[in-house]
Amino acid sequence: MTAAVFFGCAFIAFGPALALYVFTIATDPLRVTFLIAGAFFWLVSLLLSSVFWYLVRIITDNKDGPIQKYLLIFGVLLSVCIQELFRLAYYRLLKKASEGLKSINPEETTPSMRLLAYVSGLGFGIMSGVFSFVNTLSDSLGPGTVGIHGDSPQFFLNSAFMTLVIILLHVFWGIVFFDGCEKKKWYILLIVLLTHLLVSTQTFLSPYYELNLVSAYIIMVFMGIWAFFVAGGSCRSLKLCLLCQDKDFLLYNQRSR
Amino acid sequence: MLTFMASDSEEEVCDERTSLMSAESPTSRSCQEGRPGPEDGENMAQWRSQDSEEDCEEDPDGYACSRGPGRPPGLEEELTLKYGAKHVIMLFVPVTLCMIVVVATIKSVRFYTEKNGQLIYTPFTEDTPSVGQRLLNSVLNTLIMISVIVVMTIFLVVLYKYRCYKFIHGWLILSSLMLLFLFTYIYLGEVLKTYNVAMDYPTLFLAVWNFGAVGMVCIHWKGPLVLQQAYLIMISALMALVFIKYLPEWSAWVILGAISVYDLVAVLCPKGPLRMLVETAQERNEPIFPALIYSSAMVWTVGMAKLDPSSQGALQLPYDPEMGGVKLGLGDFIFYSVLVGKAAAAGNGDWNTTLACFIAILIGLCLTLLLLAVFKKALPALPISITFGLIFYFSTDNLVRPFMDTLASHQLYI
Repeated sequence: MTAAVFFGCAFIAFGPALALYVFTIATDPLRVTFLIAGAFFWLVSLLLSSVFWYLVRIITDNKDGPIQKYLLIFGVLLSVCIQELFRLAYYRLLKKASEGLKSINPEETTPSMRLLAYVSGLGFGIMSGVFSFVNTLSDSLGPGTVGIHGDSPQFFLNSAFMTLVIILLHVFWGIVFFDGCEKKKWYILLIVLLTHLLVSTQTFLSPYYELNLVSAYIIMVFMGIWAFFVAGGSCRSLKLCLLCQDKDFLLYNQRSR
Repeated sequence: MLTFMASDSEEEVCDERTSLMSAESPTSRSCQEGRPGPEDGENMAQWRSQDSEEDCEEDPDGYACSRGPGRPPGLEEELTLKYGAKHVIMLFVPVTLCMIVVVATIKSVRFYTEKNGQLIYTPFTEDTPSVGQRLLNSVLNTLIMISVIVVMTIFLVVLYKYRCYKFIHGWLILSSLMLLFLFTYIYLGEVLKTYNVAMDYPTLFLAVWNFGAVGMVCIHWKGPLVLQQAYLIMISALMALVFIKYLPEWSAWVILGAISVYDLVAVLCPKGPLRMLVETAQERNEPIFPALIYSSAMVWTVGMAKLDPSSQGALQLPYDPEMGGVKLGLGDFIFYSVLVGKAAAAGNGDWNTTLACFIAILIGLCLTLLLLAVFKKALPALPISITFGLIFYFSTDNLVRPFMDTLASHQLYI
């Protein structure tokens, strides 16, 4: 457990999120505000689920044994449901705010709902990732040997990769979720909730990282592709982008197609 | 206290207050002299706002009133909520920086978390056997501290009313001297001790002298805006660290709660000292001496230099939306940082509580700025943020932390 582990795991977990923040969000103050508001909503959802977990724990008198494990499972499932509920609540708030801004200022370009979906997903993701991982990270700076009692020595790496996948999943879930709300396709919300529950419950397989991580990444890839098409991308635009022939790139470089 | 910033009229171009953003150091009157900054910061911010109020009559939509009198009203309608978010970020960045400095220091330098006596303003000890006694002592400490603050504020109002400007200037200069030299010296000493860096006295004195002298010049006279903002952030952080070190646990939390209530009362009630200060300044129609305020605005003199002197500022004023800014009292910086710092110092290496308080304070600031846009008058910046911060501190520490720790130890992700 050295500085190498610390920096390595920190950048694995938070590198993409940081890049997304720096390149897409940091430039516009309105987006930063919505990001922080999204993070706040996630935090409140976590608070609520902790309150319920704590209450149930008090009711069952804090006995040790299998009941604690069941309580934890219950806590996780409840927390996922409350998170999705708060995503819906944030959507409603953003909708009202957008309408309010439009009515005050018809000419002003307020951010579109798709952009807000992305920003809110990123806000949820960053907060979720940070809360899950930052204590583990700060422990990795200190002295110790990982897995000395027979646990897996890949504890930190696994946590880092899991955090990364959760952050990216939150971004994609945000985009897909908001789109479902906009088009009033409620089954999309259900799918998002179910995939979130699936990813969370898979983490119960904890020492057996392979299955857990691989399936989480597969789900992330599917959600990513879905979110890409929902956000307006297409195979053609992807090809143009990859071949550096899309409009923005050409305009920027003043080259003809 | 949160206010709009006014661009002043032409005569005031060379005034220290305009672009030179003098904020006298709020605090150095810490241990010996008296309760410093926060109320002063609030005072000053309030005055600023009243000035801006008069200039901003024609601008009902403007988030930041940034122009002088005589600007055509139509232009202002464009200065709308678009700049609102910009001002939010202009305040987020310094508040975040101050908190980062405080949290980084708390987590690395052990000096600021060691118990080493208490301020004379909190004479009752908290090392009592019973919980009730401890609570009583902390409430008494709070009462004493708040009354010291109230007395200082009223003293300042009286001084201002009777035009004892020199006295106030001297007081503020003495405060910032102590803060910039003595507290910096102590801070530097502790940091060097923590990292086991040997520095000889001549180098140390050279460094502290340069830092302090440039700070005095920037804060009380002229200087680049960024440098001034940086110094204000640093002295707020230093003062917050002093509070974190010397305020006992429970007293600190009760004081935070009490000072937000005081802030609310002092700024909004008609007979509040800060409001009276504003009204006096308004009657005299004068800029107050440099304030304990962090200003996010750009330099006004740049635009002024290009101005045709013969025009009386009616339509020739270069319209620059950058001119506007929002001002936040240094006392607000200090108490935000005290809250986050206490959260960082408390929980045995736990970062979740610190982060939760940080986000809560930023959201409170956001809401306060929203209210500022709606009401367009000086508002207390402490109540909403501190309330959110306190709620999130206690709930995260007691409810969320066990939950997240259990999840993390089983490597479960929600």
